[in-house]
Amino acid sequence: MVEWLGRHRVAVGVASMVIVVIAALVYVVSTVRSERATGSTPGAAVSSGLRFVDNGGGRNLVSDVDPSGVRTSTEMSCLRVYTANGTTVCLRMGLPGAYEAAVYVGEALVRTVPLPGTPSRARVSASGQIVSWTVFVTGDSYLAPGGFSTRTGILNLSTGVLVESLEEFPTVLIEGKPDKRANENYWGVTFTGDDNTFYATLGSSDQTWLVKGNLTNRTVTSVRKDAECPSLSPDETRIAYKKRAGRLGGWRLFVLDLASGTETELPGSDGVDDQAAWLDQNTVAYAKVPRGGKPTIYTSPADGSGTATELIPGASSPSPRD
Amino acid sequence: MYVASTRGRGSVPPSAGSRVPTTVVLLGTVSLLTDVSSEMVTAFLPVYVIFNLQMSYLQLGLLDGIYTGATAVLRLVGGHVSDRIRRPKAVAVAGYGLSAATRLGFPLVGASAGGLGGVLALDRAGKGLRTAPRDALISLSTPADQLGAAFGVHRMMDTVGALIGPLATFAVLTWLTTSPGPIFMISFCFALLGVIVLVFFVREHRFTGPRTAVVFRDALGLLRHRGLRRTTVAAGLLGLATISDAFVFVVLQRASGVSPTLLALMPVGTALTFLVLATPLGRLSDRVGRWRVFFAGHVVLLAVYLLLLGPFDGLALVIVTVALHGVFYAATDGVLMAHGATLVPERLRASGLSIVQTGQALARFASSVGFGVLLTTLPFTAAVLVATGALVAVLVAVVLVIRPEVS
Repeated sequence: MVEWLGRHRVAVGVASMVIVVIAALVYVVSTVRSERATGSTPGAAVSSGLRFVDNGGGRNLVSDVDPSGVRTSTEMSCLRVYTANGTTVCLRMGLPGAYEAAVYVGEALVRTVPLPGTPSRARVSASGQIVSWTVFVTGDSYLAPGGFSTRTGILNLSTGVLVESLEEFPTVLIEGKPDKRANENYWGVTFTGDDNTFYATLGSSDQTWLVKGNLTNRTVTSVRKDAECPSLSPDETRIAYKKRAGRLGGWRLFVLDLASGTETELPGSDGVDDQAAWLDQNTVAYAKVPRGGKPTIYTSPADGSGTATELIPGASSPSPRD
Repeated sequence: MYVASTRGRGSVPPSAGSRVPTTVVLLGTVSLLTDVSSEMVTAFLPVYVIFNLQMSYLQLGLLDGIYTGATAVLRLVGGHVSDRIRRPKAVAVAGYGLSAATRLGFPLVGASAGGLGGVLALDRAGKGLRTAPRDALISLSTPADQLGAAFGVHRMMDTVGALIGPLATFAVLTWLTTSPGPIFMISFCFALLGVIVLVFFVREHRFTGPRTAVVFRDALGLLRHRGLRRTTVAAGLLGLATISDAFVFVVLQRASGVSPTLLALMPVGTALTFLVLATPLGRLSDRVGRWRVFFAGHVVLLAVYLLLLGPFDGLALVIVTVALHGVFYAATDGVLMAHGATLVPERLRASGLSIVQTGQALARFASSVGFGVLLTTLPFTAAVLVATGALVAVLVAVVLVIRPEVS
């Protein structure tokens, strides 16, 4: 046997390579076929309607559920999506290893902006005029120690002005003092109704702050510590954000009442890593991966009065549907 | 100085020829296929971790950084075992096989940070084990006056694989499916093809001369070898003054003022220059001296640092700097192994190469952690200034004090 192998080693080598290639093709073709055939499971009814990314069908298609629970798919394929007042931002892979933000008004693509890293957060102001995104910057390899950073961009559709990175903003006040560190990161923007004021997360060293920014004055001021990925309620009185349980613990969602400063935990949100979306004045939606499962969209009463309910399994990136 | 004795089998062309030995091309093919596999995973991991697992990105990066440092030591083990059993190919097969198997581990461990860290650690362990015996095989099948060219060809093929990997991931995600199973399966198959080429097409090296047992003491004894010791110390010190790629690109983006989008293209630019120049600079090192080219490569790196400090900016700065960064890699990566191979006798070749590699890998790891700390406390220019000062000091010390070319 050994001798036979020795004499025919080239033939055996070529034959095994052919077998590996055929096995790979068979596996990939059958997987893709069964995924496409599965179709998407119907969702629960949402009074406001919901737009999200369907992770179940293997193509990350943007899908909608209307208030009666009828589910439809678009042809748009995105990693993250958000819609407001007819404007949709879709973060997707544009080139090998490179990503882009595609901005649609209605069905029409109005602008694409190349992104410097892996998409993380997407948001559109209530008027549909201001669009924001956050990406992880990876350099050549995200595994480089200390190589972790984020970039947050803001695009004003009415003026066409693009802020490629919030780090460009010259004035940064943390607890009243100007911050001069080089290693600042911003992520998770949310806008107020005036299309000028925004909230975001500022990470510097190993601390995070909820910050309030001004687009025209190009300033950023800290509001409070330890609050990430803020999401402003439609009436602008409350902010939902994620916050770590301990130094390295998992995140949970909290809702802060801006007037009183009261912070309320949303039960059942532990392990979340998402920027919450307000479906109406009293409901937030977010995606979370249950242990060993697929990403799932949950909704939760914003006053913390009830636990989270599963809305759509195999889906992420919830956004109110207008 | 020992001279690499590479009495060949029939397939090795005479040293007068300019073609590199078939074994080197085959090992280049193994590396190409393996790099397609590992770069497919590297390109997919950020999306996988954030979207499929929704894990914290930072935690995983830290874990893997620690593993990278720890498994660098496994190179020593791989090198020593390879010399001890006189079968570099067998040890290389074990290393490549281990890394290939980890591709199947990703779907199994799912969203557990520990599990994912473990799979990445095993992949690194495989890489650690295989590197020294693989480089020993390259050097053992190549005539001494072509070592630079041989390592150049090998590193060129390796880089081709590294460029194909992300393209493959993109093609699957765009046209086939966004679910992780097929990506990991295709990546596994590329790695498996690499192992098959190694097992069936690459011949084990047959050592000439009497069989003398290699024990641990022999490997330690290499440290008394002046040329090898000086080379290791010099390469290690230069490694300490080498800013890791990710930081070079981040600083370059800031210094040049170009769009952050270009960050994704900078590593491609460095890789393309490396790919084009690895073989010519390897050949040059065969003629003018390998250490001299290795040293010159670090002078080019110094030029890269100086460009990061100003006064230029814009796209031209990016193009010139990225090109020089590629020249630095082409002049140093394979060339150091070609130089190391001339210092150690055949029977201790893998051990000797592993010592040089480990020193350099640990130094670069330490430098990358140190520079990361500098960046969080100092402005960018000050941090680069510190690195520039360190590199100048090391270059002067290497010329005046260490002088590894004298052995």
